[in-house]
Amino acid sequence: MNPNPSGPTPSGPTPSGPASGGPASGRPAPGGPAPTGPGRTAASPYGRTTAPPHGRRQMHLAAHFPGVNNTTVWADDRSKSQIAFSSFEHLAHTAERGLFDFFFLAEGLRLREHKGRIHDLDVLGRPESITVLNALAAVTDRLGLAATVNTTFNEPYELARRLASLDHLSGGRAAWNAVTTSDAFTGENFRRGGYLDRAQRYSRAVEFVATARELWDSWTDDGVPRPFAHRGRHFDIHGEFTVPRSPQGHPVVIQAGDSSEGREFAASSADVIFTRHSGPEAGRAFYADVKGRLAAYGRRPDDLKIMPGVTVVLGDTAAEAQEHAAEIRRSQVSPQNALLAAEQIWGVDLSSYDPDGPLPDIDPDPGSELAQGRVRHGDPKAVADRWRALSRAKGLSLRETVIETTGRQSFIGTPAAVAAEMDAFVRTDAADGFILVPHLTPGGLDDFVDRVVPLLQERGAFRTEYRGRTLRSHLGLPDPVRPAEKG
Amino acid sequence: MSASPRPLHLSVALEHPRPAARADRPDRTDRYDAAHFVRLARLAERGVLDFVTLGDSLTRPGLDALAVLARVAPATERIGLVPAVTTTHTEPFHVSTAVSTLDWVSRGRAGWQAEVSTTEAEAALFGRRAAEPPAAAWREAGEAADVAARLWDSWEDGAEIRDRATGRFVDRDRLHYVDFAGTHFSVRGPSTVPRPPQGHPVTVVDATGETAGAERAVREVAAAYADVALVRAADPQSAGAVRAELRELARAHGRDPGQLVVLASLPVELHCSGDAVGLAELLGDWYADGAADGFHLRFADPGRDLALLVDGTVPVLQHRCLLRRFYPGATLREHLGLPRPANRYALAREAS
Repeated sequence: MNPNPSGPTPSGPTPSGPASGGPASGRPAPGGPAPTGPGRTAASPYGRTTAPPHGRRQMHLAAHFPGVNNTTVWADDRSKSQIAFSSFEHLAHTAERGLFDFFFLAEGLRLREHKGRIHDLDVLGRPESITVLNALAAVTDRLGLAATVNTTFNEPYELARRLASLDHLSGGRAAWNAVTTSDAFTGENFRRGGYLDRAQRYSRAVEFVATARELWDSWTDDGVPRPFAHRGRHFDIHGEFTVPRSPQGHPVVIQAGDSSEGREFAASSADVIFTRHSGPEAGRAFYADVKGRLAAYGRRPDDLKIMPGVTVVLGDTAAEAQEHAAEIRRSQVSPQNALLAAEQIWGVDLSSYDPDGPLPDIDPDPGSELAQGRVRHGDPKAVADRWRALSRAKGLSLRETVIETTGRQSFIGTPAAVAAEMDAFVRTDAADGFILVPHLTPGGLDDFVDRVVPLLQERGAFRTEYRGRTLRSHLGLPDPVRPAEKG
Repeated sequence: MSASPRPLHLSVALEHPRPAARADRPDRTDRYDAAHFVRLARLAERGVLDFVTLGDSLTRPGLDALAVLARVAPATERIGLVPAVTTTHTEPFHVSTAVSTLDWVSRGRAGWQAEVSTTEAEAALFGRRAAEPPAAAWREAGEAADVAARLWDSWEDGAEIRDRATGRFVDRDRLHYVDFAGTHFSVRGPSTVPRPPQGHPVTVVDATGETAGAERAVREVAAAYADVALVRAADPQSAGAVRAELRELARAHGRDPGQLVVLASLPVELHCSGDAVGLAELLGDWYADGAADGFHLRFADPGRDLALLVDGTVPVLQHRCLLRRFYPGATLREHLGLPRPANRYALAREAS
């Protein structure tokens, strides 16, 4: 089930899995003025810009490989392998055909558990991100390649080297979604063991990214390595980096998470923020809040792109699309998954309950540790009360209640309606673009690319060709500036 | 005519033995672009070689070797891909999943050459622990190889069931905790990556032993965990002696010595096709002397020497029936004549 069971669950599936610090709890805070006017267009490393014709602001698009939550539907004849390279090739080719900015891989460092056993109802098993992306670099030409990699269970020197290698081998298309992990559960797979408390996690992540940047900056432009030394609260390292400055200077850095710490981390250190999708008003408030934090770090609003994770359901008519969307939600919540969702709220074994029967009338166990590798949000009692009220009001069974509280897909409609809605979202400063999360592997974005992308292009809302070769150029991000050049 | 001899195994190192640090120099000998490595790997594949290795260390100028060979994988079809992976400062869990993923993206052509980091300079790049003496570092590399293989086995081949009736994607009875506790690390498992196509990607260890203290440790690691052992030796007799020792040690570890492929690792410099023919004769002689099951060649200049090998040495060896003319299989294990390993946890479960 969705790892954020404090329901109603947000409509965007968790981008990087519960154990890897995807967008966490918390909704965008209201308030704050919306920035006005079109975004500044920055010079790309190749001297071109992403400025669209007529000054029209264009959106950025990314393709998320389906994850290991119940939002990925495997009980479907069209669902193919989650691990075979051909599946990654398929989605990457689709994304590049659609001129997407980048392809995105999530990460999990421990299989999730429920009731002390490995969770067996959802898609399970995925490859190590950076290695798959290096292989995809061989079968794609322009598509950005984004890996989610944890800062808690890696070390800056080694990871900076792996990311710089990806940037070289892909000709400047690498991105890094820097996530953190809080649980000792995941730590059991690592030397480091243990875990860091929330504040430590973020301070380590911030220092980690800063250290990686020092390493990426350590060679001169004419290819001479210079020794580096970093002494901070979390890392005390020195030596010489083995990789020359890479084509992008620094791989693009993504931060996934909506919490206050996450926003601040993004404002200080990231190029892209991968956020939860919400309505236009909440989106605008979030957008204004995050963009407003940039100035304090000497950055301009356009230096950080805001890209919510979204789901899209298409139909030939609005009614057909709604029907299709409901069908997908039903298939995402099997009877077994419905019981499991309820167990995550109640914190007790509910296997004797009938998913087609009523909700439990007992109260949740607040101290339960039934679910491991997932983030438990909110007050379980409040959620249970909400669910029971909904069930009573609409006469819903346990499973129907779970389906009802599963968030609606973000954009549902005809291709024209979806294109218009997405365009409006970006034009009104609720986002700079979207990370599309399909529910089927690997063909889940085929329809979007074939039917919606051309309409976005007609509207002038999306590029009609790649202008640059690097991901930074696709995103219109400025070249990273070396400390020496800052004056 | 005598019966055809058993063909020898042939592999080459892609890295330049003397990397130049400066990226801008016209004579730079290390490379940062994918095309260079793709070209070399394709050349080796044209020569029907078993595999290529790519050296790596945390202080040597160059890209991450596993990354380079992952980039090469979709651009090649049959050649085995064996990057060096250091184990001293890396998380063993990450080593296991990265090598496993290389096997997935290459569709069963991955190996890894386990390496250690023993200098203070390498330790300072991490700042987590002091440098380990070589023998201790190799013992830990053995633990890393051990846990990597356990993690590869932690998913049984049939674990993914996609059973719609019960709503179960996997049969969790066929997923296993490894609960490994080593000297310096522990790993709970299971892996996050399903069992790779080869079951276990091929584990390679340079069993030469650089220092007296480490020689014993590295040979124990090779005998216990390696599928392929590399032996640097000056003459066929000393190579053959190490091969005999490794086979004996493997037997002592309860292994079939026939499943440990020992390759003599030789420095090679070719300047003309005459040199390439001479090399074929030398390899044939070493092989006839029982020095090794095949060879791992370390070129003075891979760009030049590999082309001469493929066009000059390989045809002579093929003519003498010492080298295959085509790839009979698709995986690196098939090239090496090694079976796909049984899964230890499946065996234990079936036995109970």
